[in-house]
Amino acid sequence: MSSGPEHLVQLQNVSLRYGMGSKATLAIDGIDMDIRRGEFVAVVGPSGCGKSTLMKIISGLAPISDGVALVEGREVAGPLKSVGMAFQASNLLPWRNTIDNVMLPLEVVEPHKRRIGSHRAEYEAKIEALLQRVGLGGFGKKFPWELSGGMQQRTSICRALIHEPEILLLDEPFGALDAFTREDLWCTLRDLHAERGVTVLLVTHDLREAAFLADTVYVFSPRPGRIVMRYEVDLPRPRDIKLTYSPGFADTVQMLRGHIRHQQD
Amino acid sequence: MYRLPSYVVWPFTFTLALFLGWELACRGLEIPQSFLPAPSMIFKAMWDFRVTIIDNSIVTLWTTLLGFGIATLVGLALGVMIGASKGIYEALYPVMIGFNSIPKVAIVPVLILWFGVGPLPAVLTAFLISFFPIAVNVATGLATTEPELRDVLRALGASRWEIIRKIGLPRSMPVFFGSLKVAITLAFVGSVMAETVGSNKGVGHLMLSAQAAFQVPLVFAGLLALAVLGIVLYAMMAVVERRFTTWAYR
Repeated sequence: MSSGPEHLVQLQNVSLRYGMGSKATLAIDGIDMDIRRGEFVAVVGPSGCGKSTLMKIISGLAPISDGVALVEGREVAGPLKSVGMAFQASNLLPWRNTIDNVMLPLEVVEPHKRRIGSHRAEYEAKIEALLQRVGLGGFGKKFPWELSGGMQQRTSICRALIHEPEILLLDEPFGALDAFTREDLWCTLRDLHAERGVTVLLVTHDLREAAFLADTVYVFSPRPGRIVMRYEVDLPRPRDIKLTYSPGFADTVQMLRGHIRHQQD
Repeated sequence: MYRLPSYVVWPFTFTLALFLGWELACRGLEIPQSFLPAPSMIFKAMWDFRVTIIDNSIVTLWTTLLGFGIATLVGLALGVMIGASKGIYEALYPVMIGFNSIPKVAIVPVLILWFGVGPLPAVLTAFLISFFPIAVNVATGLATTEPELRDVLRALGASRWEIIRKIGLPRSMPVFFGSLKVAITLAFVGSVMAETVGSNKGVGHLMLSAQAAFQVPLVFAGLLALAVLGIVLYAMMAVVERRFTTWAYR
């Protein structure tokens, strides 16, 4: 077994079925995956290949059907509390301003939940600092509809990070953004990962995004999701966005593309 | 020169024109007063019977508001239960639909049988007729919470109640307050209906007595009083709605 204390997430032969009996559909099948503490993992694959299911397993929202799923060496048996999540839709609460939106996880997770009433100013300062860090300084009192799509997504990522989770789970977080905003956010995420040493699992359709950000890229097959290939991106860090326009990078993306098969292929 | 805003000018102009046309039609076509009294007669009746009308309006107003208040609490509680739990939804929904389909006027005799002639059947009718839209809207608001948002909180170990309190309820507020506007109008219909079927007080009762005495202008004065009350109640709810859900209107 390749286990060790440095492995935050270990999946061994993990399968998940939705439904019962003969009508059950296999979402993912026989997944083996080890994620180091601080590793940036990207999962790519065709639509409906169970990438989001993988996220649910690691966050403890979906119980596995077969295999072993360990986080921090313990079997996953329910919500983990040490995860942060962001999705393609920013899912901000329209009745809360930016600061209060980012505050949401702190109102639920201990020990912050207990302290938040008496230490509100301290938490607001912490949130302001994080907002500043992602380029949202001065937007704390704005409401979601006053922010652009990119800013909403930055806020959503701040919300996923504010309680300092062990694992950041991102499900196509930049999918709905225009190309330039997307590259800006790649750089923001790259820097946040480098500074905080947080473990990231990024589910994406964008191979350039995966190759630019990740240490390890897993390519999934069409449903039921199986790992077709595991690729370690050996580009040195910190990576410059210009890198994504270099011939070597294009070759990597092309190679990954070659392993993606569609349902109809 | 100061000009009144159009939302003041137009409604008043239209209402005045309506009454004026009515008045002219009654006089020009010599419509008998016992069939359709002219507005001037109705206003005169309103003035002559002002004490009675105000007295009875107050009764109608408080029975409506009390029934509506109970409906708000019960509707909200029911809505939360139905919206939060699939089991409760499945158990209660058919019964609620069935109950809501019963014309409430058919229940008033039962209520009078149980509670006698008085304000209580009116309060209960107002309640029974108006809780349904509140419950349905709150339940829909809760049930349509984005699954991703729910996952964000569930993954952090949030309880079901925490998710309802932090997300479900606030996001249901626009539909909740919207439903209050519908509900208050229904509650008003309910209490007047009960008063008309059997009561010793209220505008409905007043109109019924006036009709029996063939005081046609007073019947219409009662109608006018109801219209004014209805507008006042609706406006109150609209103000409350604006006050509490500013974020949804931008």
